Amino acid sequence: MTADANRPPVLRLESVRKTFGDSVVLRDVDLAVPAHTVTVLIGASGSGKSTLLRCANLLEEIDDGAIFLDGDEITDPRVDPDSVRRRIGVVFQAYNLFPHMTVLDNITLAPRRVHKTARKEAEERARELLARLGLKEKAAEYPDRLSGGQQQRVAIVRALAGQPKLLLLDEITAALDPELVGEVLNVVRDLKEQGMTMVIATHEMGFAREVADQVCFLDGGVVLERGTPKQVFGAPQQERTQQFLRRIVEAGRL
Amino acid sequence: MTVPDLSDEDMYRPSARRIERERHKRTRARRATAIATISTVVTAAVLFLVVTGSPGWPATKKAFFSAHYARMALPKVIDGLWLNIRLMVICGAIILVLGMLIAVTRTLRGPVFFPLRALATAYVDFFRGLPLIICLLMVVFGVPALRLQGVTVNPVILGGTALVLTYSAYVAEVFRAGIETVHPSQRAAARSLGLSGPQTMRFVVLPQAVRRVVPPLLNDLVSLQKDTGLVSIGGAVDAVHAADIIVGKYFNYTPYVVAGLVFVALTIPMTRFTDWITARMYRRQSQGGTV
Ligand SMILES: Nc1ncnc2c1ncn2[C@@H]1O[C@H](COP(=O)(O)OP(=O)(O)OP(=O)(O)O)[C@@H](O)[C@H]1O
Ligand SMILES: [Mg+2]
Repeated sequence: MTADANRPPVLRLESVRKTFGDSVVLRDVDLAVPAHTVTVLIGASGSGKSTLLRCANLLEEIDDGAIFLDGDEITDPRVDPDSVRRRIGVVFQAYNLFPHMTVLDNITLAPRRVHKTARKEAEERARELLARLGLKEKAAEYPDRLSGGQQQRVAIVRALAGQPKLLLLDEITAALDPELVGEVLNVVRDLKEQGMTMVIATHEMGFAREVADQVCFLDGGVVLERGTPKQVFGAPQQERTQQFLRRIVEAGRL
Repeated sequence: MTVPDLSDEDMYRPSARRIERERHKRTRARRATAIATISTVVTAAVLFLVVTGSPGWPATKKAFFSAHYARMALPKVIDGLWLNIRLMVICGAIILVLGMLIAVTRTLRGPVFFPLRALATAYVDFFRGLPLIICLLMVVFGVPALRLQGVTVNPVILGGTALVLTYSAYVAEVFRAGIETVHPSQRAAARSLGLSGPQTMRFVVLPQAVRRVVPPLLNDLVSLQKDTGLVSIGGAVDAVHAADIIVGKYFNYTPYVVAGLVFVALTIPMTRFTDWITARMYRRQSQGGTV
């Protein structure tokens, strides 16, 4: 990891607890995401990966614990959530594109309305990003008329357009073919090079191994195991992790 | 899956941070309530002083807010109201069914259904455009004038018919708007599960459509409830007509105020009830969250 030691992590979770009614989804989660690094969350379906990302973006209110962005607590009720969200980009598992807007409008909405960028400039930047993800011709298209993978990439571009400090990506490779996974992998690497900090939830272990600086295995509402991809995938310490990875290997996904 | 070890859960104790946070939220909620209460009281007091301080107030009070006439009118108005309520419930039920049928007819595809579709469209175009009062006059006075054998001349039934004719055109359009906002992917998903077109409509599209249009439907029902007062033009004694009779006799307008308040009182519980229903539906189905 390249981050200097005295800078606070971009994102830090401290004993975060999140329940829905009676079910405890996050029991006691600690997590630190240093600047310019990629943290990958893995874990069984329903283990709370998406919930964790939604909490970090203040879309869910946590029950207990605290979340810090750049060292400042964002879960304090006195903090303005909009100002927090402006600094975070999110790609949702279900994309959540606005169906009534063209791809270009989807992407330039926040830059124009929130960040007050001029239309021309915002569109220029949007087209540049679209071109990078191989979607140059789709700028004027409506989301429902795109393939799943194309929608996913538009969602990534939309999240990037606000020039966030932190990107939360939920299953961004789920709808992509292997070639495009490679493509997105390159994008993620480029972003990291440019100083972006990312948290990625994924079931794509190959992707995780390629791109992660830190892998966190979520189980039973806690981060059961964490480390470099080499440590977690190569020599997992916890029995649950070993079991989880064995299944994945058996399914031919690692 | 999320709670592997229940005994562990018993050990959870809220941290000092959580307690502090909740205390802050409570303080904030209390402050908001206090501000709301004070501003409401101040507004009400100002309004009261302005109205009662106006030069014409004593005369107005006598003509519109006389306790004596209010007491006299209330039982009669309530008696009449029973007619309004029955009309509203029966007409409302017929209107909902008819409106839904017309809406579904309008969304049928394919050339086979063209005549039906055209008929439904023509119906909506006509009755939505026709002023209710004219529709009422024509039905209430026109139908008896025909002297048809076996056709009722009861002004309540005729008035109700006129209401149904007009309102089902409105309600059909509300339903149709709801049907059209259901995303096409929903239809695609249902059809690919093997559901037929009508089944898709019945089990997937309509339930979503209806939920979405509950507030505007309620709007139309409340409006209907008030318009039931119009059947009095045929001579039926409803709440408005009952008030009218007393006003005509004593030249005091208080009975109108009483009738008005009674109508308002009738709609409020209905609004709260639908608010509650929709809120519950939303809570159960949506992801929720803080935004
Ligand atoms: N709004 C909600 N209300 C109630 N329960 C919820 C809600 N959102 C999520 N859950 C529950 O929380 C648990 C974690 O869900 P989450 O979406 O975070 O899982 P995940 O790890 O992202 O799974 P996947 O890998 O399948 O995407 C699930 O059991 C889910 O049913
Ligand atoms: Mg998820």
